[in-house]
Amino acid sequence: MITFSGVSKHFAGKAVVQDIDLHIARGEFTVLIGTSGSGKSTTLKMINRLIEHDRGQITFADEPIEKFRAQDLRRRMGYAIQSIGLFPHWTVEENIATVPQLLKWPKARIRDRVTELMTLLHLDPQQFRQRYPHQLSGGQQQRVGVARALASDPEVLLMDEPFGALDPVTRATLQHEIARIHQMSGRTIVLVTHDIDEALALADRIVLLGEGKIVQQGTPLDMLTRPATPFVRDFFGRSDMGIKLLSLAQVGDRTRRGEEAAGEPIAASMTLREALSVFVARHTERLPVIDESGQSLGVLHFSDLIAEQEGE
Amino acid sequence: MKAGTSRVRRVVCDPLGWVIVAFLALVFGMSSLGWLFHALFPALDRPVYLQDSFASLVIAHLLLVGISSLIAVVIGMLAGIGVTRRAGREFRALVETLVAMGQTFPPVAVLAVAVPVMGFSEKPAIIALVLYGLLPILQGTIAGIESVPSSAREIAEGVGMSRWQILSRVELPLASPVILAGVRTSVIINIGTAAIAATVGTQSLGSPIIIGLSGFNTAYVLQGALVIALLAIIVDMAFERWSRRLQYGQSRAQR
Amino acid sequence: MNIGVKNRVLLTLLLLLMAAGTGLAFVTHAPNRLMSGQGIPLPGLLSGINALLLLPVILLLVLVFITPSKGSYLASLMLAEVLFTALVALAGHQAEVLTGGDEDSLARISFGGGFWATTALCLLIASDAISRFTANHSWRVVLNVQLALPVIFLLASGALSQLSLLKEYDNRADVFDAALWQHLGILVGTLVPSLAIGLPLGIFCSRSPRWRPPILSVLNIIQTLPSIALFGLLLAPLAGLARAIPWLGAHGISGIGAAPAIIALVLYSLLPLVRSVIAGMHSVAPAVIESATGMGLNRAQVFLKVQFPIALPVILSGVRIVAVQTVGMAMVAALIGAGGLGAIMFQGLLSSALDLVLLGVIPVVLMAAIVDGIFKFLVSMLETARR
Repeated sequence: MITFSGVSKHFAGKAVVQDIDLHIARGEFTVLIGTSGSGKSTTLKMINRLIEHDRGQITFADEPIEKFRAQDLRRRMGYAIQSIGLFPHWTVEENIATVPQLLKWPKARIRDRVTELMTLLHLDPQQFRQRYPHQLSGGQQQRVGVARALASDPEVLLMDEPFGALDPVTRATLQHEIARIHQMSGRTIVLVTHDIDEALALADRIVLLGEGKIVQQGTPLDMLTRPATPFVRDFFGRSDMGIKLLSLAQVGDRTRRGEEAAGEPIAASMTLREALSVFVARHTERLPVIDESGQSLGVLHFSDLIAEQEGE
Repeated sequence: MKAGTSRVRRVVCDPLGWVIVAFLALVFGMSSLGWLFHALFPALDRPVYLQDSFASLVIAHLLLVGISSLIAVVIGMLAGIGVTRRAGREFRALVETLVAMGQTFPPVAVLAVAVPVMGFSEKPAIIALVLYGLLPILQGTIAGIESVPSSAREIAEGVGMSRWQILSRVELPLASPVILAGVRTSVIINIGTAAIAATVGTQSLGSPIIIGLSGFNTAYVLQGALVIALLAIIVDMAFERWSRRLQYGQSRAQR
Repeated sequence: MNIGVKNRVLLTLLLLLMAAGTGLAFVTHAPNRLMSGQGIPLPGLLSGINALLLLPVILLLVLVFITPSKGSYLASLMLAEVLFTALVALAGHQAEVLTGGDEDSLARISFGGGFWATTALCLLIASDAISRFTANHSWRVVLNVQLALPVIFLLASGALSQLSLLKEYDNRADVFDAALWQHLGILVGTLVPSLAIGLPLGIFCSRSPRWRPPILSVLNIIQTLPSIALFGLLLAPLAGLARAIPWLGAHGISGIGAAPAIIALVLYSLLPLVRSVIAGMHSVAPAVIESATGMGLNRAQVFLKVQFPIALPVILSGVRIVAVQTVGMAMVAALIGAGGLGAIMFQGLLSSALDLVLLGVIPVVLMAAIVDGIFKFLVSMLETARR
């Protein structure tokens, strides 16, 4: 879907991004991660030409991005940023309708789309439609921001540290939302963050950038278990790597089917890391597991958390 | 029933309404106030200014201010927008220097210099009014556009708005309260300067004052002063209403 | 070699300067006071040694194509200043030549549109270069002020004495001097009461959220009134007052003259002053006041030693605005007999004599610029001393 070949960008003589080779497949959730100044935001902004690359080539849908008019390219991509950037003088509805209005959709279609998106992002359309941004909380504002990015049903969603300005609880909730949206729509998403846990939880592929170069790219499991350099290993947390590994798997993967146990059940979609926390809090070694519909699935044993799995 | 009467009450108690009523009464009824001014200024044999009707003076004054303010708004806003575009950024320091220098020039001076060059007519008055009225509008436009949150601008660019769309749909609406404040200052100053334009043979509400001053007729001066004062207050209040309406539609958090 | 325009501002100003220099009349020559003058454009005057005038222009043009740096800005400044002085000197010299140096000659040589445009553009080039050369406000003021020094020197040496503007001054030297002192008197006479009323009023408003809105509203209404209207409204009551209390009339307080002018100007100064006092007092962080009181300072000491010094730069900025505003408004006061340089300006206005108008306007503009500069310098000195 999106390819970078030997892409570089210089600001005032210094190379901010050097020789990036990247391929983002259709439907993939790619996370660009790194420390501040690693060039991750710059790389993202080169995709929608908010920053123009100096060297190399970037293609979108197999065409070099220079071929498109910048405006047209951007209207095919959703864009959400950390500071959210809702237009203060427009209502929630008008904000979400930004790109559809630019594309001159008929009014009825816009209205329906706004309702659809607000419901998708758990914002009650009746209540919030006519509100102004300053009347919303930070979390609600960013939901509107995400809705706005999705409004024209873009092929790609670009997100630049979208949850960085939110409190931890709201951040976790919105991360779940994005994961859900990705699962439901199969949309290509490129997200920039410096939060490792966010990257591990959301990404299909992680690209770790350091000083403008790609240090390593791969699945979250690869990055944790097969770090290419000490930098990678340290970045992902040397001492709590095991805990991070646990966050990659779900309870349902390791539940022993058919068994029964006492106590309040945990959901199969919970990560093993969260399950570990429950084990410790309840002082128990066995937890009953239920699936989405509430049916009993089996039991998760504490020892299964540390048991070696095939393929590791 | 209740909503209806409270609305009527709001209209009746509206201070702007009372000032307008007083103004119109004074303008149209000045000639019938002869007894009042005769009582206040017994020494004068012509206590009420009758050379032109106050209504015609008000219209002449409003025309002067209106035309010059319109021209000043167009030029000032274009210049302010131009200087805040990427291409025009270089010129911003220069424009701000010009504005700062212009502030040290009293408005009367612009008028006084224009006249010997152009003769006694409306032309120098309008040019002086435009030149001096430009400054607050230019300042307001620049300040207003600067006050637009950068996140809004980034998103506007990121979603694919063209440069014109960014300006017309995002920057100008968000800048409008500050721009309006600049226009307001400019118009109020112009009302005063237009009065002084009466010294160069231009018909305006300053005429009774100037004639009164040169003829030692304090009554004329008082009449002219009262009418201009009321006019200025009305215009200011109207702008206040307009600016308040602009604020309601926008974020308070943005201020 | 990359030849591109690197400094578009300088290029624009230079092109305008060259256009004005060739297109508009540099000086006008009238055989006597009553007849209108004939314009003499600049190119015709550039013979012999005067051609050196082109040198700074050419050098500035070269600078347009050089990547800007501190050095190039300094060079622009110096070239612009040299050009400015040279233009003024040329005008003075031309006046000498055309009158044959005869002091009693009736011929009038005045500045033409070309002179004003080219000198103004020189000053703009210089001030633009200054603002890019340094961000330090104190240095900026100093550099801007020294632009005037060579011209002052020219004036003092009499090189400009044959120009009609200066002849006009000679004719009315005592009237001018009296007017100048009157104008200064109005300025000081306004500032003192304004500060005396405005400072306490501002401090009161900053402490009392209850009284602040109504007081600010009243002051706002006063500010809206056109100055001539306020003068006019004060005329009648003051005249009546002077009649009722003869003692006042004997001491020069009557409907006409400086009294209504000063009262009106004081009223106009109140709003900016009160606003800046409020802003200044509010700029003191509450934590600072808390710690001061906690250390045992009483209210008066907290005010004098903590609040007032911190608020001072903001208050001084307000005084600066008031001073510049007063210098300008005092011109209108001439209409009600307050005297001052405005009287000279209005006289010129009524007799359509540009020289008289300029004789009134230029000193006022200079005064406003000087007052503005003094206060800006004071404020920036205060702020650098703090850092």
